[in-house]
Amino acid sequence: MKASLKWLKDYVNITLPVRQTAEKLTMAGLESEAIEIRGGEWENIIIGQVVALEPHPNADRLQLATVNLKSEQTEQITVVCGAPNLRAGDKVAFARVGAHLIDGHSGQKVELKRVKIRGVASEGMVCSEKELGISDNYEGALILPSDVPVGIPLSDYLGDAVFDLEVTPNRPDCLSIIGIAREIAVLTGQRLELPSPQYIEEGSDIRERITVDITAPELCRRYCASLVEGVTIAPSPLWMQERLLACGMRPINNIVDITNYVMLEYGQPLHAFDCEAVSGRKIIVRRAGEGETITTIDGMRRALTPEMLVIANEKCPVAIAGVMGGADSEVGGITSTVLLESASFLPLNIRRTSASLHLGSEASFRFERGISPELTLPALQRATQLMVELAGGRAAKGIIDVYPDRVERSPITFSASQIEHILGMKVDLEEAKQVLTALGFQCKRVTPSELRVIPPYWRTDVNMVADVVEEISRIMGYDRIPVTMLSSPLPHQQPAPALDIRERLRDLMVGCGFQEIISYSMVSRERAGGIEPIHLANPMNREQEYLRTTLLPNLVASLALNQRHSISATKEENSIRIFEVGKVYLPRDKDLPYEEERLAAVLSGPRAKPSWQHQGITTTKKGYLDFFDAKGVIEEVMRQLTLEAEFKQIPLSSSSGRGDLGEFFHPGRTALVELEGERIGVVGEIHPQLADRFDLLPQTVTLFELEIEKLISYTIQDKRYRSIPRFPEIVRDIAVVVDSDIPAGRIENAIRESPLVVKVTLFDLYSGEPIAKNKKSLAFRVAYQSAERTLTNAEVDEAEQIILKQLSDEVGATLRS
Amino acid sequence: MIDRLKVIKVEAIAELGGISDLTELERWRIHYMGKKGQLTQVLRQLGDLPPEDRRIIGALANEIKRQLEDELAGFKSRIARTTVESKLEKEWIDVTLPGYPVSPGRLHPTTQALREVCSIFTSMGFQWVEGPEVEWEYYNFEALNIFKGHPAYDMWDTLWVDFYNEKGEMPMLLRTHTSPVQIRIMEKTRPPVRVIMPGKVYRYEATDATHESMFYQVEGLAVDKDITFADLKGTLYEFARRLFGEERRVRFRCDYFPFVEPGVEVSIDCLACGGVGCRLCSNTGWIEILGAGMVHPDVLRRVDYDPEVYSGFAFGMGVERISMLRYGIDDIRLFYSNDLRFLNQF
Ligand SMILES: [Zn+2]
Repeated sequence: MKASLKWLKDYVNITLPVRQTAEKLTMAGLESEAIEIRGGEWENIIIGQVVALEPHPNADRLQLATVNLKSEQTEQITVVCGAPNLRAGDKVAFARVGAHLIDGHSGQKVELKRVKIRGVASEGMVCSEKELGISDNYEGALILPSDVPVGIPLSDYLGDAVFDLEVTPNRPDCLSIIGIAREIAVLTGQRLELPSPQYIEEGSDIRERITVDITAPELCRRYCASLVEGVTIAPSPLWMQERLLACGMRPINNIVDITNYVMLEYGQPLHAFDCEAVSGRKIIVRRAGEGETITTIDGMRRALTPEMLVIANEKCPVAIAGVMGGADSEVGGITSTVLLESASFLPLNIRRTSASLHLGSEASFRFERGISPELTLPALQRATQLMVELAGGRAAKGIIDVYPDRVERSPITFSASQIEHILGMKVDLEEAKQVLTALGFQCKRVTPSELRVIPPYWRTDVNMVADVVEEISRIMGYDRIPVTMLSSPLPHQQPAPALDIRERLRDLMVGCGFQEIISYSMVSRERAGGIEPIHLANPMNREQEYLRTTLLPNLVASLALNQRHSISATKEENSIRIFEVGKVYLPRDKDLPYEEERLAAVLSGPRAKPSWQHQGITTTKKGYLDFFDAKGVIEEVMRQLTLEAEFKQIPLSSSSGRGDLGEFFHPGRTALVELEGERIGVVGEIHPQLADRFDLLPQTVTLFELEIEKLISYTIQDKRYRSIPRFPEIVRDIAVVVDSDIPAGRIENAIRESPLVVKVTLFDLYSGEPIAKNKKSLAFRVAYQSAERTLTNAEVDEAEQIILKQLSDEVGATLRS
Repeated sequence: MIDRLKVIKVEAIAELGGISDLTELERWRIHYMGKKGQLTQVLRQLGDLPPEDRRIIGALANEIKRQLEDELAGFKSRIARTTVESKLEKEWIDVTLPGYPVSPGRLHPTTQALREVCSIFTSMGFQWVEGPEVEWEYYNFEALNIFKGHPAYDMWDTLWVDFYNEKGEMPMLLRTHTSPVQIRIMEKTRPPVRVIMPGKVYRYEATDATHESMFYQVEGLAVDKDITFADLKGTLYEFARRLFGEERRVRFRCDYFPFVEPGVEVSIDCLACGGVGCRLCSNTGWIEILGAGMVHPDVLRRVDYDPEVYSGFAFGMGVERISMLRYGIDDIRLFYSNDLRFLNQF
């Protein structure tokens, strides 16, 4: 809502500087977003009075105007002037040399210089509206009203400061100049002076000439109307145009401008009909008929439904109630009798109508927010008065007022202790009463400690004690409320293992050298995964149409994005390890989706970043991150969480289980991650087709995704420490040759079965000469140890023999000689 | 013999001055103190002297021997030191060469900000809890006094889930704020309640430098007997100063949110201009950091808390905004586009 300072000053004496006034409003809930100074550019322009006009000696169309510039008549300047409308005695805007004016031809702002026009020196200028930037009119000089004092700066008269206030949806009363003036009055301790519209009524009574029938009282609580005859359609006076412009509305003609002016002034939308259009002299407020249409004043033909309320004559609708008038009943040049409407419509209905017609207006904006039916009458009287005063109209006797169901506001009673209970501060009831009275509440001290108040009709938002307490505190100022720390007892804290483990995982992944990313939950169908992911009804775009059921595609997309950026010297040197901890959304029948927390990661590129020491490391295949880096990370993370994951090769033939597994992973280079036989995730190399789809660099990419919640039940809550061994360990190496398709894990597990073995480390894997074809050699470093005694070589020899026998029996291993 | 001893001493010390390495030094030792050394020979002849002379000369000889041994030890350590020093000198490295790169991991700036915000509140006894991101309309709106058809409903542009119930309504949505978690917590527990509720929220909104369709909020709620507006001010004042610095000024102004009454907007004095007015603060000198208020009695009633007995406050803030203010980030879209050149900086 834009509010002109000058206009506000009609109702309240504003003594504070503009900025401080804005700050007061802001603190009390009406945030001032900007202050526009109008006329700030009118420096060196003052109000003068033409005292003499003579013809220019050398030019027919020009005159010499002598302008008086001081009220004491001590300064007069004669300038050359071309305006044909100038008369002696006119008050004008006079620009001195140095003023900045808009050039009538170029539209550019230029500085006024001392000039000679056709041989006559001219030091200054009588300005047109265009030169001042008020309008496009440059035909004649701007003639100001005769009561304007001479010698004052033009900006003092026409200039203004305009507050741009953000009015929250609960305060429709502040969508009006009077509402804002009331706030300023209360906040600065000034009196609010309201207009009291008075006008002479003439001729026969409106009620004998027009009837109003509300057939849909559920949508129209009150309908008031007046009749003004003999109006002359013309531009409205300059001051009114200025005010409308300052508040962001375009002047049209005196009648329309008056309805807009009063809407801005009171907050009550009004509508002026050309009375000729109300055939049969009957106004019916009814629901639109099925298939009915109306052409609105913007020239659009609009289809109506019975959900919509219309104002109709006996034949057809003449306006969409509260939203927009019809073209046929629009006030125009030939209008002489105006039927003025001031009504109260159901907010919800206006909102639905304007939404379904995609038709919003200043009127519908106000109706939607809820305006008290009590406001219709004063606003109507004010507009009628202005039409009589400014449009030469004669008001018919009386006013139509159809108000079927007037509701009294119920009082709110509260005590001083209730205020203290909410604010944490004692408030003197007398002070509260003063504040509320100033705001328009009727207050009564019912007991020494209790106040009973009735909110004013315009405060539709105040209905309970909490609302009243807000009124008291915001006017007194939130600054006055003390600052205390919570002193209520601390609630019991609930353990939250899922959150703990999730945050722990984030830290562990960072510890493993991964950068965390966060990506959108909304993705394209292609990236959503799953069989039937959650679909949005109104997505912003195709890329954000579904909710993800896996984190992997976003991670791969991030990898692709960052591979293209040169983080290191060349793209191929980008060592990228990224992870995301986030939710996937798994649909459930007729219920909210199951939101499951997952950890997923992707890694690709050189294992180490290039450095001056390790040059060339990136050129060997060995230096690139691969499956085993990912597996190592999972193993380490699990170990930190007291878990030991198993990695199961998935059968090469299928992507068993998870529906979309085969889409993401290389079938031969992927493992299921299990805890005690339950699958908790997958790790593997990216499927080459997926890599192609994302246009990844041709290097190994490994992905994994783990289900966080499943980890919780397997973590060991009562982890025990193991004493440091007191007896030495004996370390022996065993190298065996097996068929190349025997998994290393099987051999390692077999070695571990020996009761004396405490540690097994694979330190060499080799195939090729002199090992036979289809065979491989695996070398393990095995540590033997006892908790009870120092082992003898003989004991270790024996254990080693048993291991070898076992390996030979199980996997046909032979000792490598 | 006394003279002889004195000559040996003078000669030995003089000779020592010209020695520069350990080999020569060893030769010198043997020459004077070896088995056949000059001093040793003198000592051997002592037996031939009369007892009186033997005592005097013996004492002198031993004295000289000790002096020479001291000289020798001192000389040895000097040489050893210079040898090590010259060795160390040759072993210099160029310390201006770059350090070997480590591969650091980092938390996303939002995670960092989220943890920082939450830890301030957990230290004040608020417990970290979370709620669903896909919500029922009821929790996101009605339970919070936001009714369909009221203009306040427009304060949140909603992404709806394509799901219709038996009545043909579309009641499922992506939550537009973290406030529905307030309702879920209060439905489940009885006062005292003191929780902090971080999480993702969504808006149907065209993205630009200051708008995102997905972002994070942190919501807070404290409900009990006798919780007042003054407590709200104290808690949020404490928070603002711990997050943005002890010297920050904090402003509480009246604002409107349907689920609180009275409502508050909390601002700090502008980090960029200190309150004078600049582009960052739209010339107001203040920067809004959160919205808050006393929980609306109707909200309490809806979760079966008696507003005559219980009161409380709630607050909510955007998380990205905190990082943006702190690091001078001017485009919110940087957060979730996952460019490592951005993420690497935090
Ligand atoms: Zn600033």
